[in-house]
Amino acid sequence: MADFINEWGSAIWEGFIQTTQMTLISLAFSILIGLPLGVLLVLTRKGGQWDNAAVFTIVNSLINIIRSIPFIILLFFLLPFTKTLVGTTIGVKGVIVPLVVACAPYIARLLETAMLEVSKGIIEAYQSMGISTPKIIWHVIIREARSSIILGLTIAVIGLIGETAMAGFVGAGGLGDLAYQFGYVRFQPDVMYAVIIILIIIVQIIQSLGNIIARKLKKN
Amino acid sequence: MIKLQHVSKTFRVGKNKIEALKDVSLEVNKGEIFGVIGFSGAGKSTLIRCVNLLERPTSGEVFVDGHDVLKLKKKALRQMRRKIGMIFQGYNLLETANVYDNVATPLKLEGVPNEEIKARTEKYLEIVGLTDRKSAYPSQLSGGQKQRVAIARALAHEPEVLLSDEATSALDPNTTDAILELLLRVNKELGITIFLITHELNVIQRICDRVAVMENGRIVEQGSVVDVFTRPQQPMTKRFISTESKFQIPSTVKDDLLKSGRLVKLTFLGESSKDPILATLAKQYDVLPSIIAGGIDQLKNQSVGKLLVHLKGDKTQVEIAVGFLHDQDVLVEEVKD
Ligand SMILES: Nc1ncnc2c1ncn2[C@@H]1O[C@H](COP(=O)(O)OP(=O)(O)OP(=O)(O)O)[C@@H](O)[C@H]1O
Ligand SMILES: [Mg+2]
Repeated sequence: MADFINEWGSAIWEGFIQTTQMTLISLAFSILIGLPLGVLLVLTRKGGQWDNAAVFTIVNSLINIIRSIPFIILLFFLLPFTKTLVGTTIGVKGVIVPLVVACAPYIARLLETAMLEVSKGIIEAYQSMGISTPKIIWHVIIREARSSIILGLTIAVIGLIGETAMAGFVGAGGLGDLAYQFGYVRFQPDVMYAVIIILIIIVQIIQSLGNIIARKLKKN
Repeated sequence: MIKLQHVSKTFRVGKNKIEALKDVSLEVNKGEIFGVIGFSGAGKSTLIRCVNLLERPTSGEVFVDGHDVLKLKKKALRQMRRKIGMIFQGYNLLETANVYDNVATPLKLEGVPNEEIKARTEKYLEIVGLTDRKSAYPSQLSGGQKQRVAIARALAHEPEVLLSDEATSALDPNTTDAILELLLRVNKELGITIFLITHELNVIQRICDRVAVMENGRIVEQGSVVDVFTRPQQPMTKRFISTESKFQIPSTVKDDLLKSGRLVKLTFLGESSKDPILATLAKQYDVLPSIIAGGIDQLKNQSVGKLLVHLKGDKTQVEIAVGFLHDQDVLVEEVKD
């Protein structure tokens, strides 16, 4: 055990840091892009506050299209776009772009679903009190949906961790890459098992944390 | 306070048109409680929602406190809405906020200063009697308590008018009474005009000054509650009040009674209910009155007594006796077959 940690400890730790970096940075950008898109979907849908069939259809189909492309294909397909946007297609920087492109539409969709669950009645009550739409979105809709949003984000994060495993193809490293390179390609199964166990623990922790926070936020 | 003039509202659902309101005009005076009653689908909710423009009328005019609300720009409309409180059948509280925050949050969003928010929230929670539950969440409250929170939330804006869309329809009779009592106090003590809609006659009876009866998007009858109760004109109104059903007597019994005299339904209002009219009748004329059925309805400021009386005697004597009754301060209706 001690030998194993001596030999692989630092590599695994480095992989862990890279995975965490990739996940958190892409999550942040995905929320930044996904949140407004989700709100736009809710507002422009039929019967929404800014009912607009054109905008809704465009955003809605775009999200569907992106979500139907497997991540590994998206990764290569986006290479030129990534290059112009961040100047490189490799390393952590290079993989953030495809991760965000894959994750933001997912987050938009989960926000949309969570926000649509909020009762029309409460929104109307706030409209009837003369509260403006932006305030209603933030302080009523997102607030009331926050528990479902957290649960959705938990799934998004776990999905992102899975996708970072493919980041190895563009040399971004991370735990998944480590398991693939050493465990599979160079046949060091103990490294692979160690990484898998670590990933299982991470996913368990994130899911439990998500559940706890969601329950706390729900208040009933 | 509220004036609707020739208001119509047509919903378009695909190719179908639903005329929810057809040329509705009514006026709610400052300080009164005005109720609209009607069966499900009559258009009541649509009507009340046209007051604060949660629903925009297809045509017609809406005035609140003298302002033509349809002409207000977005911001002015929001300002106006703060003067119009609204409560709903479904309470519509934030599930994620406790009682205190449910009342305070809208004020915060309107930019009311902090001390003022605290003062008002506490004041109105006190008025609705929920001070000791202020850190409870809606899921921990009963329906009646939730409606109280909603009322406190509406009052905290210190509105001039309170709109109520079936506020008691989801509550049991006792809780309904308590909430109606609260609305009465809000009206009397805070001087807030109340415009409510309901399908429960009891609500109209207990707290309304005036009433409009709605059917298929039209107002078929309106007037003071006492008038509408004692002299319902439209079949629709009669169905609601269903006076007949209270005095339902088996038709064989009725036939017998009609053979030996006449059946009259007497409606006594307020003071006249204290006069011994039937005793006088028996004494002065050669008829034998007997009471077949009776009851008292309690209205907001008045009680209404109803009696079904059989008058037995010689035809002409009975005729004169009926004439005597007509001269009294009672409403007389003949019950034929
Ligand atoms: N947003 C809408 N779109 C289409 N039709 C509507 C809409 N709102 C109401 N209606 C229709 O308008 C009519 C009147 O509805 P409204 O809700 O005003 O009735 P109500 O008297 O309040 O009934 P209830 O007692 O059941 O609440 C109904 O036929 C209803 O289906
Ligand atoms: Mg209704």
